[in-house]
Amino acid sequence: MQDLPDQLANGLALGALYGLIAIGYTMVYGIVQLINFAHGEIFMIGGFGALTAYLWLPEGTGLVVALPLMILLGVVCATLVGVGAERFAYRPLRGGPRLSPLITAIGLSLALQQAVWSFYPDAKKARPFPQFSGGDFDLGFVSLSREDLFIFVAAPVCMIALGVFVAKTRTGRAMQATSQDPDTAKLMGINTDRIIVMAFAIGAAFAAIAAIAQGFKTGEVSFRMGFIAGLKAFTAAVLGGIGNIYGAMVGGLVLGVAEAMATAYIGDIPGLEQFGGGSWKDVWAFVLLILVLLIRPQGILGERLADRA
Amino acid sequence: MALLEVEDLRVAYGKIEAVKGISFRVEAGEVVTLIGTNGAGKTTTLRTLSGLLKPVTGKITFDGQVLNGVGAHKIVAMGLAHSPEGRRIFPRLSIEENLQLGAFLRRDGDAITKDIQRAYELFPILGERRKQAAGTLSGGEQQMLAMGRALMSQPKLLMLDEPSMGLSPIMMQKIMTTIRELKAQGTTILLVEQNASAALSLADHGHVMEIGKISLSGTGQELLHDESVRKAYLGED
Repeated sequence: MQDLPDQLANGLALGALYGLIAIGYTMVYGIVQLINFAHGEIFMIGGFGALTAYLWLPEGTGLVVALPLMILLGVVCATLVGVGAERFAYRPLRGGPRLSPLITAIGLSLALQQAVWSFYPDAKKARPFPQFSGGDFDLGFVSLSREDLFIFVAAPVCMIALGVFVAKTRTGRAMQATSQDPDTAKLMGINTDRIIVMAFAIGAAFAAIAAIAQGFKTGEVSFRMGFIAGLKAFTAAVLGGIGNIYGAMVGGLVLGVAEAMATAYIGDIPGLEQFGGGSWKDVWAFVLLILVLLIRPQGILGERLADRA
Repeated sequence: MALLEVEDLRVAYGKIEAVKGISFRVEAGEVVTLIGTNGAGKTTTLRTLSGLLKPVTGKITFDGQVLNGVGAHKIVAMGLAHSPEGRRIFPRLSIEENLQLGAFLRRDGDAITKDIQRAYELFPILGERRKQAAGTLSGGEQQMLAMGRALMSQPKLLMLDEPSMGLSPIMMQKIMTTIRELKAQGTTILLVEQNASAALSLADHGHVMEIGKISLSGTGQELLHDESVRKAYLGED
């Protein structure tokens, strides 16, 4: 187990990525009690937006120079799709039966996948994503892979910005009020429709940043990438306590580390050799989800749902 | 012209009509009360006035403007505040944050700070616990917070829905005294109550609601001494 620090770093990078996507699920759920199953595809579109920006630039542009533009276009594309989905797919169904928006979300998820598959050039197979050149950073006790550096910077920046926004600004407080009691929030003069749009937009922007991180990590983007990532992030959101933004990040980190540890070490346990290695890694996420749902259904940071007076 | 004028208001949940054509008015400076049993349509009426529900028919005029079709968050801006049934404070925000949200549409920072101070003078217990999560307050304290929060928007008309519900007799006294104080300061109030004697004794006008209709109207004193009201709502034989 000499490589434990490296595996831990790897798990944290993966977990921060899941956490960033999970924030989108949890914010939308916290405000409209909707699981936006198209969120994985919004993440994927963010990845393609970033790739498009890179391809626009003249060949040979350094990745560090290209990165701001990639982030910008990725975030813009994902946010437009996220906000558009809210406006044209979910809002007309608000106030109706709970099942309708859920079915719509699944349909939207398939439609977005197929749209990218059909219309994005050469997207029928995975498209290569630009890579940083150079080796790992050796910090002595742990070596960080170069492609993980992005998420190690981006995730804390996003989390801190969101935390300050929610706790300190007028709009952030309106957002908390809307998630705690939407009708009463309206009575305060809060335009709750705008708050809902904002939750979708922030979630989409964070997902786009996560998609860039995943592009660096795996070296590709594909129309299918949103499915497993979305499912994992949803698991992270439930694990952390759905509706709680810090829970989403904590859930993501726990999930990422658990996945990395299980992949690396379960095969070493006598008798469990056949469960080791990467082909089982997606299983551990859902084993963890099932355990949490059995032992602590409200999630790690979740509160037990109290009845409203 | 009355501050609030409601004409032939009908409200339905799906096919079930909860308010079946009521009309009443509230003059500036008055306290008007709607009394009646559970399910009479009092809360539905208030929720329609503040824009949370849409009427089937009828006209609502407030301060010279028609409210039909106006969104709830815009109605507050026009000066109609609503302290809802069940208090509905934001449980995970602090007392102070709840009060600040009451002033969400105001941009006059200094005056807001002053008004928060005034709320603490009106309800000292809120001032002592200003940083505490509102969900940890007792029922009566939550009611004070809900009223204080509604006042923070500097309303022309304050609607209070069942402020005495679920409170101990002492706390109920305290809330009623506060409503009396607000009235003395010139606040216009539309008060919905199941506690008919308390509401009628401080109201200028009252209306008795029965299954979606107004069955009887009069001054507070008239209704308080009315034979049928005494029998039905004040528990006398």
